[in-house]
Amino acid sequence: MAQIKAKQPKEPLIHITKRDDMGFGKSVIVHLIGIAIAVILSALLIIAVTGQNPLELFKAMYEGVIGTPAANMGINKKFVESIHIAAILLCISLAVTPAFKMKFWNIGAEGQVLMGCLTSAFLMLEFGGRIDNTILLILMVLLSVLVGAIWAVIPAICKAFWNTNETLFTLMMNYVAMTLVSYFIMVKDRSGRSDLGILNERTGYGYLPELFGRNYLFNIVIVAGVVLLMYVYLKYSKQGYEISVVGESENTARYIGINVKKVIIRTVAISGAICGLVGFMIIAGDKHSIKSDIVGGQGFTAIMVSWMSKFNPILMIPVSMLIVFLSVGSKFATSAFKVDNSIGDILTAIVIFSIIACEFFTRYKVNFRKNRKEG
Amino acid sequence: MKKAAIELKNITKTFGSVVANKNVNLTVNRGEILSILGENGSGKTTLMNMISGIYFPDEGQIFVDGEEVVIRSPKDAFNFKIGMIHQHFKLVDVFSATENIILGLKEEGKYDIKKAEKNIKEIAEKYSFEVDPAKKIHEMSVSEKQTVEIIKVLYRGADILILDEPTAVLTPQETQKLFAVLRRMRDDGKAIIIITHKLHEVLSLSDRVAVLRKGEYVDTVETANTNESELTEMMVGKKISLNIERSEPQNTEERLIVKDLECINREGVKILDDITFTARSGEILGIAGIAGSGQRELLEAIAGLQQVQFGEIFYNNPKTKQTEDLRNKTPMQIRELGVRLSFVPEDRLGMGLVGNMDIIDNMMLRSYRKGKSLFLERKGPKDLAQHIIDDLEVVTPAATTPVRRLSGGNVQKVLVGREIAASPTVLMAAYPVRGLDINSSYTIYNLLNEQKKKGVAVIFVGEDLDVLIELCDRIMVIGSGRITGIVDGRNTTKEEIGLLMTKSNGGESGGTN
Repeated sequence: MAQIKAKQPKEPLIHITKRDDMGFGKSVIVHLIGIAIAVILSALLIIAVTGQNPLELFKAMYEGVIGTPAANMGINKKFVESIHIAAILLCISLAVTPAFKMKFWNIGAEGQVLMGCLTSAFLMLEFGGRIDNTILLILMVLLSVLVGAIWAVIPAICKAFWNTNETLFTLMMNYVAMTLVSYFIMVKDRSGRSDLGILNERTGYGYLPELFGRNYLFNIVIVAGVVLLMYVYLKYSKQGYEISVVGESENTARYIGINVKKVIIRTVAISGAICGLVGFMIIAGDKHSIKSDIVGGQGFTAIMVSWMSKFNPILMIPVSMLIVFLSVGSKFATSAFKVDNSIGDILTAIVIFSIIACEFFTRYKVNFRKNRKEG
Repeated sequence: MKKAAIELKNITKTFGSVVANKNVNLTVNRGEILSILGENGSGKTTLMNMISGIYFPDEGQIFVDGEEVVIRSPKDAFNFKIGMIHQHFKLVDVFSATENIILGLKEEGKYDIKKAEKNIKEIAEKYSFEVDPAKKIHEMSVSEKQTVEIIKVLYRGADILILDEPTAVLTPQETQKLFAVLRRMRDDGKAIIIITHKLHEVLSLSDRVAVLRKGEYVDTVETANTNESELTEMMVGKKISLNIERSEPQNTEERLIVKDLECINREGVKILDDITFTARSGEILGIAGIAGSGQRELLEAIAGLQQVQFGEIFYNNPKTKQTEDLRNKTPMQIRELGVRLSFVPEDRLGMGLVGNMDIIDNMMLRSYRKGKSLFLERKGPKDLAQHIIDDLEVVTPAATTPVRRLSGGNVQKVLVGREIAASPTVLMAAYPVRGLDINSSYTIYNLLNEQKKKGVAVIFVGEDLDVLIELCDRIMVIGSGRITGIVDGRNTTKEEIGLLMTKSNGGESGGTN
């Protein structure tokens, strides 16, 4: 025993304790500090790796999103484009949110959106010119939503009745969707290309019309509507309340007589339906073409947006804008300065990590060892 | 002359803005049993966790045998020969007693289970424990598991033992056995600290009592010079009457009739067998038994949450005078039959309430379906929440505070308040005072009594036999999923109930022997 006492351990250097809920104002300050640190880190990295002036690069990023001052006439075309990219991401984030709130870990948004794309593209090719364009568009919306919902409901039914793992299941459904798209392209075009080019390029069948003479605006208006509906649905509807109860505790849900299976299937169907709608928007309002990687990983980025916004639809607006603007801006800046595009990804990562790290400091307090005088 | 084994000076520990311990000073000597007495949430367990290396104090000093020490981990604590027996056992189910005891030890030489068994037997003989070293944990009763936990710390050479609420899960007979062992260890010169909130145990077992109230140290007194009411006063901070009124049941009717009930739990094990009883209106029916004997499944079967294999559950509706069959109906179907059944489940925040929701939204759990609208109506639940906060004196910053941030007593008031607000004809409550302070406990007993006077059939599952005997008109005892007796609350004894609790373990049910 004497030996142990000789090696008397010291008080730990730091120990971490939980803190009370931080006020909103204080939490904003913590996040601002986090972003400031991220900017400084990014600047240091830019200097170290590229040797460029970081301020110039930041300016280029800004211009990449908003457009150059010279080209600025009214609302800038480039800015609308950036907003549109954010809106698509935002809409997928809204789609995954009800399922996540219910603790149904749906990581299959990518595939559900893709199935919406496939449905819309198929209808455009098959029925374009054969039926009235308005009817075609309505048909595209309805069927894309339906197919997106079905794609999500398959794993949900298995989860509800046989308690299968929804994470693996929805992930696998993504690959099935991709393969289906590849198959579709192969059947339609035997020349071996990986996409079908621009669909209905000359006729414009199944294209969403311009709004106020602008491209993309139709999509942006649809997404704004979805934000509002989702906010009201989650916060004020009985179904939204049931989602919260099932997500917090299935036992409580059973105890008050909620049919848990029904809620799981219904909620995931809504999730998938909105994904299908996004698929329609991508095809009819933006890309007008189809390939298996057309969603470009946004189905996964959306999960991050949803979490970072704490499942709050309104908060998702700035978060999705931040993520998209960072990526668009850095892409533009890196090509303008002829530096490697990976720098842009690294900058985005630094900012996102800092914001997530802020969460830690809003929840915990770090205590350092006090220099106690030996008595 | 007794020597101080552990001395605590000005120990403070906070969690956020919650002060769990504030300037606590405490001494325990060798060859003595010290009780730490305090209500739930008074910081007893937090304090002991700092001695055993689970938490680190914010301020203050700890002395072992007169020397200041720093305890950063349970390993450090073991080096100072401090061992803690937690309320929730930390044992590997599929291992034998011996394997659990030597698990994690780095002994010299090769793995020798025979030698370990021999050592365990020596320890057991020394303090007259009853233990079978080769028996697997999952085949053991709660009291046997506790024995293994105690031997585990003794095997590691501990001579300062801390026991956190060791009697909470034991029958009166098992408690007596444990106390005999603890006394022998004390006579052997060990320092023993026992955390408890049961006064009669404190008085019968310990040499001295240290009292904590709301995280603060009140005083240490010699057990010989004190009594129950003085200790209660120290613990609560004011004089309090410890009597539960019990009125004679009036106009009783048979309300709920359960016949030959048989249930199988999720693991496919028969958890209830041949249960037959009647709950009458205007009467409190107590249910006693060792934890996990089927109490939960019984209430859940009645509430429509547990599949029934066999048997019948009938409800006599006082309004329509009709008899409804509740067997295997969902909670929704039961309500649609007009059965006003309220249920306060054992797991308050996991079943009865949603911890992350505020009081208003928790009120809504029962009522949100009302009306055809797609949207929620929050006005009614808001009024109800305010009503309960005022009536039951719920301590909360606002009705919009998440219930998980309330203390245990206030959480329970919210839950019981909501269930009573539905004006039930049957009220089932599982362990409604577990973890509650004395004042809140008596509030709950009064609420149950009020419901009884209103003609509600109350079913009360309890663990404190003293309370069951004082409160209930009849007490049904369950052992291993069977009814082992129904006794009159007015003329029974703790010992009688204790014997009934362990009765069916004898073997007539054909269990493991």
